[in-house]
Amino acid sequence: MDNLLSIVTFLPLLGAIILALFLRGDDEAAQRNAKWVAMWATTATFLFSLFILTGFDPQDTGFQFVEERDWLLGLQYKMGVDGISVLFVMLTTFTMPLVIAASWHVTHRVKDYMIAFLILETLMIGVFCALDLVLFYLFFEAGLIPMFLIIGIWGGANRVYASFKFFLYTFLGSVLMLVAMVAMFSDAGTTDIPTLMEHNFGTQTFSLMGIQIIGGMQTLLWLAFFASFAVKMPMWPVHTWLPDAHVQAPTAGSVVLAAILLKMGGYGFLRFSLPMFPVASDLMAPLVLWMSAIAIVYTSLVAMVQEDMKKLIAYSSVAHMGFVTMGIFAANQQGVDGAIFQMLSHGFISGALFLCVGVIYDRMHTREIDAYGGLVARMPAYALIFMLFTMANVGLPGTSGFIGEFLTLVGVFQVNTWVAAVATTGVILSAAYALWLYRRVVMGDLIKESLKTITDMTRRERAIFAPLVIMTILLGVYPALVTDIISPSVAALVADVETAQAAFEAATMVAEN
Amino acid sequence: METIILFAPLVGALICGFGWRILGETAACWVATSLLFLAALLSWIVFLGFDGETQRIVILRWIESGSLTTDWAIRLDRLTAIMLIVINTVSALVHLYSFGYMAHDDHFREGESYRPRFFAYLSFFTFAMLMLVTSDNLVQMFFGWEGVGVASYLLIGFYFRKESAGAAAMKAFIVNRVGDFGFALGIFALFYLTDSVNFDVIFASGAELAETQVRFLWTEWNAVELVALLLFIGAMGKSAQLILHTWLPDAMEGPTPVSALIHAATMVTAGVFLVCRMSPIMEYADTAMAFVTVLGATTAFFAATVGLVQNDIKRVIAYSTCSQLGYMFVAAGVGVYSVAMFHLFTHAFFKAMLFLGAGSVIHGMHHEQDMRNYGGLRKKMPYTFWAMMIGTLAITGVGIPLTYYGFAGFLSKDAVIESAFVGSQYAFWLLVVAALFTSFYSWRLMFMTFYGTPRGDKHTHEHAHESPMIMVAPLGILALGAIFSGMIWYGSFFGKTNEVGKFFGVPYEVAEHHDDGHSDDDHADDHSGENAEGDHGEAHYQLIGAPGEGAIYTAPDNNVLNEAHEVPKWVKVSPFIAMLIGFLTAYQMYIRRPDLPRKLAESQWPLYNFLLNKWYFDELYNAIFVQPAKGLGKFLWKKGDGATIDGGINGLAMGIVPFLTRLAGRAQSGYMFHYVFAMVLGIVVLITWMTMFGGAN
Repeated sequence: MDNLLSIVTFLPLLGAIILALFLRGDDEAAQRNAKWVAMWATTATFLFSLFILTGFDPQDTGFQFVEERDWLLGLQYKMGVDGISVLFVMLTTFTMPLVIAASWHVTHRVKDYMIAFLILETLMIGVFCALDLVLFYLFFEAGLIPMFLIIGIWGGANRVYASFKFFLYTFLGSVLMLVAMVAMFSDAGTTDIPTLMEHNFGTQTFSLMGIQIIGGMQTLLWLAFFASFAVKMPMWPVHTWLPDAHVQAPTAGSVVLAAILLKMGGYGFLRFSLPMFPVASDLMAPLVLWMSAIAIVYTSLVAMVQEDMKKLIAYSSVAHMGFVTMGIFAANQQGVDGAIFQMLSHGFISGALFLCVGVIYDRMHTREIDAYGGLVARMPAYALIFMLFTMANVGLPGTSGFIGEFLTLVGVFQVNTWVAAVATTGVILSAAYALWLYRRVVMGDLIKESLKTITDMTRRERAIFAPLVIMTILLGVYPALVTDIISPSVAALVADVETAQAAFEAATMVAEN
Repeated sequence: METIILFAPLVGALICGFGWRILGETAACWVATSLLFLAALLSWIVFLGFDGETQRIVILRWIESGSLTTDWAIRLDRLTAIMLIVINTVSALVHLYSFGYMAHDDHFREGESYRPRFFAYLSFFTFAMLMLVTSDNLVQMFFGWEGVGVASYLLIGFYFRKESAGAAAMKAFIVNRVGDFGFALGIFALFYLTDSVNFDVIFASGAELAETQVRFLWTEWNAVELVALLLFIGAMGKSAQLILHTWLPDAMEGPTPVSALIHAATMVTAGVFLVCRMSPIMEYADTAMAFVTVLGATTAFFAATVGLVQNDIKRVIAYSTCSQLGYMFVAAGVGVYSVAMFHLFTHAFFKAMLFLGAGSVIHGMHHEQDMRNYGGLRKKMPYTFWAMMIGTLAITGVGIPLTYYGFAGFLSKDAVIESAFVGSQYAFWLLVVAALFTSFYSWRLMFMTFYGTPRGDKHTHEHAHESPMIMVAPLGILALGAIFSGMIWYGSFFGKTNEVGKFFGVPYEVAEHHDDGHSDDDHADDHSGENAEGDHGEAHYQLIGAPGEGAIYTAPDNNVLNEAHEVPKWVKVSPFIAMLIGFLTAYQMYIRRPDLPRKLAESQWPLYNFLLNKWYFDELYNAIFVQPAKGLGKFLWKKGDGATIDGGINGLAMGIVPFLTRLAGRAQSGYMFHYVFAMVLGIVVLITWMTMFGGAN
């Protein structure tokens, strides 16, 4: 299969087209059909993506499954995966069937809903596979459109405000990234990402409007990309769109947002910032490290005082993404390995946590923490699963949450002990907010009249959680499943970055003498 | 066999926790219990047959990233073997005891199944604890370290309907995490310095680290001091040492078998184990170890003072545990790790027994825990009384002075105090005073509970009864340990250096009397037939193991073990005298003049309240950590996220958006449209640029 990546990428789109063209009516049968078509499309995509995983050779640090053909207007259509991106593709295809299953009770405009999610899947996979700047930009920006729609149509009461805020944040970043891409093209003469990764962008210091730009062009390009990726991450202080978006999004939307969309920023740093602008990355690393450390402490403290469950988990997501950015810009093996691991693990854990909120939201139609209490008496299975993911969220060893946090901290300790120490306080704070949430929702005596008849998880709900539980524990106990795949590519990346930085330092030394 | 020991409790936990619906409640609990007894039996076989040679058994790969590699592996040496029998023996007995203690519980409703859950948690705890002590690298140890924390959290919060239980569980976990913060940084620092987290490499690098300076936070540190200090912060959390001790008394919210297993015999000793395990590092860190000594002694003293006035029977024992842990740290701090392990070992037996005995009293008294409502229970609960009596004799250190005959605590505690005399005068005096207090509060507990006239609710006293056999039997077995474990293993832990060396698998040689120099090739043959009694004139031995060789490492200049045997007679007798004074005071106050305590409390009320309120640590922490954290969280949320960030961006937006809206001409679905518009515009610009200046360079 020469075009495996294209098949995996566009299979969900095919499902969406089938739905759009052939499904008529809005009765119960049509709704059921829409759900099943979506389910089959996402499941088939996952099964096909397994071929990518089995055919992938971790020792080869270049791009694999590469497809290249001419496209309209002289543009190139180029796809491929390496050790850094392949598991994000897997994360996406793995998560989507669960997302569809979690949407089984949706009754409002079911067909459109499923189409939106299927298109979204295509665009997300595309982001991780695209090897051409224009193609990447298309997937990257277009992916937000279905997300807007999901929040805007199936979201909560204040959805317009949330999508508005989301838009504002992403807009500025996108414009800057676009400008940077144009500049890159004019400098390197190509939009081919592998070529750009080899290209040396200028590091000559120049002055712009009286300001000395150290690292020259690289720094400017780096900043432009940073504006876009930092919002997507999201990094402090441009994170405030995320809690609002989560609160307004339907459960399935939150899961996609947390599990996959948040990973695009981190992926962008790894695909563009680090390999293409290594000198600028080095120069700006202290800034990013400190922003990350602040994010971890700041958002953990804010999470502690939240009254809305989704907001609390959203803030906790920002804190966890802080570990990711910190690991990436520590730019050593442990840091980058840990960052990728943390992103994958966060996909399972935060996805599961939003599903946990969804379970009781479906029953009680409120996310107020105070509306709950003592659920363990009537929902023992739920209490167990929620406990597991709460512990995974606080980075308990033996769950996947630990590996990522541990490796990123090990990585950053070698670079800056202050940042490492501040970030490590996150282990205390995360325990505080996560257990405080758990205690208020699940523990205690069940006194509230409205909760007296609440029922435990259904078989469908348990089936959705099962794969997530398995992945969280499996990766926590045997992380080699992931590190065996990513490590060689990460090692190559780290080596390239170090070489470039060393060359720059040598050049600076010469210039100074 | 080691693998079976390690995984039997996990299998038991899984079968019991998930299989009880199929097996039935009682059968499931028995599965967990039998597997634990199997593990205990195998542990004794391993312990008794162990030859001192360190073994390493790899089970599975774990974290691998660049030069950082860890496996799931078992490191079996003497330290591990000791911990194996302590953990599995106490755990098996606690499982058995729980059949009786947890048979009925008013905290649960009719028909609610809570026992399989309880047994599963107990077994899971045991598994995590075993992972901690068998680990051959710091990260796996951290796994066990946090794993026992979770098990402890789950068990403290076991009575989930009680608000106070939920709060105590949370507090325990979070305060432990403060310690873990230090532990984690210690691991990071060690990896940074030695490029490994495996014990073999770390142990070999102690001497080199002692010569290394490292930048950490605001200043340069000696590498080995820094690492030792950071790791010790972890130990402080787990072992409830001063500053991080506040969670332990609250942890008594859990069912009493839990207190016996986790908060007396095993988990809380993990910190002591960590310090002993890291002896090849700690030996080079003189300043850090001085800190360990001082903090341990201060904790021993502080906790004993608080224990004097507590009225809840479990809290008295909890503070007593805290205090005894301080003793262990002093021993480790002055450099005799074997003595720290000795006290850990004997303490596990008698403290578990005291807790289980207290549990038996509580069980018989229908969950009454206030000692002011006890009294005269000696006749009603004869077995429990005798068990508690043996426990009290052991903890207060009753024995024949200047000989090696006595209860377990007599031998191990005196060993600690004698070592402290050599290492630190401050620690020595505090420990002697603490021994006096220990004796007082232990006898106070005995007198208030079992002697005098019944107080409190008449009805409860009328129905007070002895506990069933299944609860009394474990007490009997632990009693054996409390009586004999000190006498049997005295030589191995605190005998002559050659015996200790042999026991821990550390090579030794004859040393010239009071001579620092030693020759490496002069290995001594085994003089184990000698009795430790004749101190003077006998050949002296010295441990000469390289770091990592054998279970503990003693630096060549560390002669505390030898010197501790030669302390003056008055030092050896002093703990015994302290014990006697404590006993007589308690006797005077609670048997002969029962009105005296109240009068004393009234006349000395500031001191009394200060002690009763545990030196106001909880209030202090609430004021300087908990409330400010919440306040800061609120502030950052409302003012930071809300006013500053959103305010700024919204303000900016209000300027731009209307303009854009007009541009697009559509107000309703405007944002969507803008977005697509902007994107398409962007692509157009990009493509135009490319076609016009295609391949510019």
